[in-house]
Amino acid sequence: MDTLASRRRVVQMVFIIISVIFILRLLFIQVLNKSYQQLANNNVLRKVTLYPSRGLIYDRNGKLILFNQAEYDLLVIPGQLKKFDTTNLCLTLGIETASFKKDLLKAYTYSRFKPTVIVKGIQPELYAQLQEDMFMYPGFYTEVRTVRTYPFPAAAHVLGYISEVTPKQIEKSNGYYQQGDYIGTGGLEQYYEKVLRGKKGVKYVLVDVHNREQGSFNDGALDTLAIPGTNMYTTLDIDLQRYGEKLMQGKVGSVVAIEPSTGEVLAMISSPSYDPRLLTGRDRGKNFSKLYADSLKPLFVRPLKASYPPGSIYKPLLGLIGMQDEAIFSNTTYSCPGAYYVGSLRVGCHHSGFVNNIIEAIQHSCNAYFCMTFRRVVDNNKYKTVAQGLDSWKSYLASFGIGVKMETDLPGVGYGFIPGSDYYNKIYGVGRWNSVTIISLGIGQGEIGFTPLQMANEMATISNHGFFYSPHLVKKVDDDTSTVLKKFKEKKIIPIEKKWFDLTVEAMKEVVEAGTGRIAQIPGTTMGGKTGTAQNPHGKDHSLFICFAPVENPKIAIAVIVENAGFGATYGAPIASLMIEKYLNDSISTPRKYLEQRMFDADLIHNKFQPAPEH
Amino acid sequence: MDKRKTTNNLDWGIILLYSVFVAIGLLVVYASSHDDTKPFFDYRQLYIRQLIWVGTSAILAIFILVTDNKFYTSFAYIIYAAVILLVVGVFFFGHEVNGNKNWFEIGSFQLQPSEFAKFSVALALAKFLSNQNINLKYNNHKMMALALIFFPALLIQLQGDTGSTLVFLGFFLVLYRFGLPGEILLLGVGVLALSVLSLVIDKFILIGILFFLAGASLYFIKRNRAGYFVIAGLFIGASLYVTTTNYVFNNVLKLHQQQRIKVLLGQEVNVKDADYNVRQSKIAIGSGGFLGKGPLHGTLTKYNFVPEQHTDFIFCTIGEEYGFWGTTLFVSLFLFFLTRILTLAERQRSKFSRIYAYGVASILFFHFLINIGMTIGLAPVIGIPLPFISYGGSSLWSFTILLFVLIKLDADRLAVLR
Ligand SMILES: [Zn+2]
Repeated sequence: MDTLASRRRVVQMVFIIISVIFILRLLFIQVLNKSYQQLANNNVLRKVTLYPSRGLIYDRNGKLILFNQAEYDLLVIPGQLKKFDTTNLCLTLGIETASFKKDLLKAYTYSRFKPTVIVKGIQPELYAQLQEDMFMYPGFYTEVRTVRTYPFPAAAHVLGYISEVTPKQIEKSNGYYQQGDYIGTGGLEQYYEKVLRGKKGVKYVLVDVHNREQGSFNDGALDTLAIPGTNMYTTLDIDLQRYGEKLMQGKVGSVVAIEPSTGEVLAMISSPSYDPRLLTGRDRGKNFSKLYADSLKPLFVRPLKASYPPGSIYKPLLGLIGMQDEAIFSNTTYSCPGAYYVGSLRVGCHHSGFVNNIIEAIQHSCNAYFCMTFRRVVDNNKYKTVAQGLDSWKSYLASFGIGVKMETDLPGVGYGFIPGSDYYNKIYGVGRWNSVTIISLGIGQGEIGFTPLQMANEMATISNHGFFYSPHLVKKVDDDTSTVLKKFKEKKIIPIEKKWFDLTVEAMKEVVEAGTGRIAQIPGTTMGGKTGTAQNPHGKDHSLFICFAPVENPKIAIAVIVENAGFGATYGAPIASLMIEKYLNDSISTPRKYLEQRMFDADLIHNKFQPAPEH
Repeated sequence: MDKRKTTNNLDWGIILLYSVFVAIGLLVVYASSHDDTKPFFDYRQLYIRQLIWVGTSAILAIFILVTDNKFYTSFAYIIYAAVILLVVGVFFFGHEVNGNKNWFEIGSFQLQPSEFAKFSVALALAKFLSNQNINLKYNNHKMMALALIFFPALLIQLQGDTGSTLVFLGFFLVLYRFGLPGEILLLGVGVLALSVLSLVIDKFILIGILFFLAGASLYFIKRNRAGYFVIAGLFIGASLYVTTTNYVFNNVLKLHQQQRIKVLLGQEVNVKDADYNVRQSKIAIGSGGFLGKGPLHGTLTKYNFVPEQHTDFIFCTIGEEYGFWGTTLFVSLFLFFLTRILTLAERQRSKFSRIYAYGVASILFFHFLINIGMTIGLAPVIGIPLPFISYGGSSLWSFTILLFVLIKLDADRLAVLR
């Protein structure tokens, strides 16, 4: 009936032919092919992650300040465990048997087939011994990692540290990080994580029943190499950094030193500091908790995050704004009766007498002169209201990077605080405050706050006669100079005429030569500076000093804050000038040795030595 | 028809085979996806979900067996139209998975209408070809049959699901069985061969070879003018085809599909992602050896070396855990199953039932062909499920419906003659 019935056999044939081809192919793959047979022989293919070494970090003179050393982790795949001598293994590793067993159980409940890190941070010597015994412990294997090693116990805050990734970071990384991986935390390690970390690789190895590696699988066709992280050259001068840290011993505070012509940070000290080595190796967690609990907050990065009322070191800025806005003139005079009086208000002044011009005002740090200046700035006829005057003042300060986010290459940089009209409108109500209400801003006290980094940048900007480069800590990145560091090559120009800067520099030179900062003088070097005292409602005032040298061709600008140390000339100025001398001359001149020793010895934290405040 | 008679005539053999496949599926889905960190009866465990799909499939099967089979014959075109509407619907309301927008999402379950399109085409084609007035000798009837098949195929291709589209080629076997000239089947194979060759060999060299072949055949046949014309036509057609294939390859196929095809052809060696799956899959299957590593002892299966192992690469688990004897048994069992369906087909008195049965066999065969071919490196990596075995509700449901409609038709084969 159906003439096409024979075609059934054709269709049937197609089915059979394909099935036979499949079976032949399977015969080849599963039985005949040797490389697969090797696997079939109860061998295990293990996927080993190759961790790249992190990039090295050098100082500005090419000294290595951060490198890597090998360290090993012991991993376990519970499903592959055979009976083994727990006591023996723990003895080799020098760990407690009880906690080891507990961890093993935890790994087992996590997954029978996925590897879990069971012992971390095995040192190379121990590893060599362990490697000989590995055949006794099937199911265990080791992975090499590198740990950060610090040749100098310095610059902990700048460098940051590495720590295990958090589940949130794993989630955000698009699959790059896995549990147990390390990531830069704080400092350059965090900011340049992508530069430093390199790229992980994968190696497939065959492992026999005796837990011995039998070489790479498939001739390494599927393997990828780990690509080491990129090396970086920082702007730090590690000798200066260490010297500064020594000077700051026993004191709470910050030092920031900048090369004005480039914005390169030469030293950044946060005191009290800690030895960066504490946050590597096996006791990392314990040490971290200890540092974290310390009441002096050694983990707090003061140069970036702490905000202090700048006191008198802000007066040069106010003078510049006043002259640019024609609120005062270079020859504006003022007769200081030892205080500034307005209505029932009195702002005291350390000095009294006739001030001939702005230079003298800065030189003697006359509070009355600057209260007058500040009122003229915010009550300037150019602006309709005091609110507009204040906001103009605020925007001038913003051009110096103050009260705004300072561009830099460390994470967690603070803004400082510059109050604007919004702020006072909120406190007092719109139109219910005037220049008298906020008079303390005239002498850099009250709500106003600068970070040490902003203070140092202020000094660098003035020493440059009106421009700066964003302060930064990395000079050069191997392989990649164009993009990462581009923003630090951009010259930021202050909208204030150069001639006002010339005057201000002149005044600051006077401060050191014949004013409040005489203690900072270095024989044979011209220097400009400004002392300051930050009022501290919680205790003794903070000692501030900013300075730069040489005046003609500035090589270094520096800001020093010593908390609870009183007047700026007491600690701030000696420390700043010693650092400059060290940087410029490489050594301290004999007459100043006593000053150096006094600074080394002063322990303000434990009050062992407290010299009488001098004037 | 009363129900007693229906159960009497049920082909229990094929139902048993179906059950065996579903059971194997559950076992290997468990082996390749169970997560020790979660409880055994956790809803997030894929095998628990698969168990739910199996349960609902059983209900579907029973439902089909008690429904009057007139439903499928009468409503064949309506079912066809409804499924096409659904397929079109995903364009607007669909959910994108792996770059393919062909899913409906209902709660946490996803449904893929293209899986059901094959069933509806099988029904519609059976209805169309069983019509007394239709004869595939006529060109316009050929065209209509092709349109019936390839309209939904085109829609599915537009959604990016090349795997499902390829399965529609299986209907050529049905057309062949029911009157399409054998030369067309050969032509189809030729086109397929040319497609592959044109991606491997430079097109000018290929045209040269074609020219040589055409010349040689002209020399050998020397029979009639018509023969010359046919050969010349074939030559021109093939040359045009060769020159356009590259265009199609570059512009129609998606990048990952291009890569996968290139890898298969050995042109691109360094595309890790594309050849990774196939290599890993071959390693997993190969490592099973002759006897396999034993149930639940597939280490590569455990380490998730093979991506998508519970869906498209499920055959790896069979290969790794049960070895060569297991894979051979499976392939043989599947061949037996296909043969059984052909036997069923040939014993139908109703032409509709017979054509439908061929449709079922062809669909299952193409899935078998592409899926296993892919895992052992004989076919490009195009994601389509292994019938009854792969994890996934849409595919299990659609294969269950496909098969049980056939079983129902077969059970009633003595009752009616259509
Ligand atoms: Zn005064």
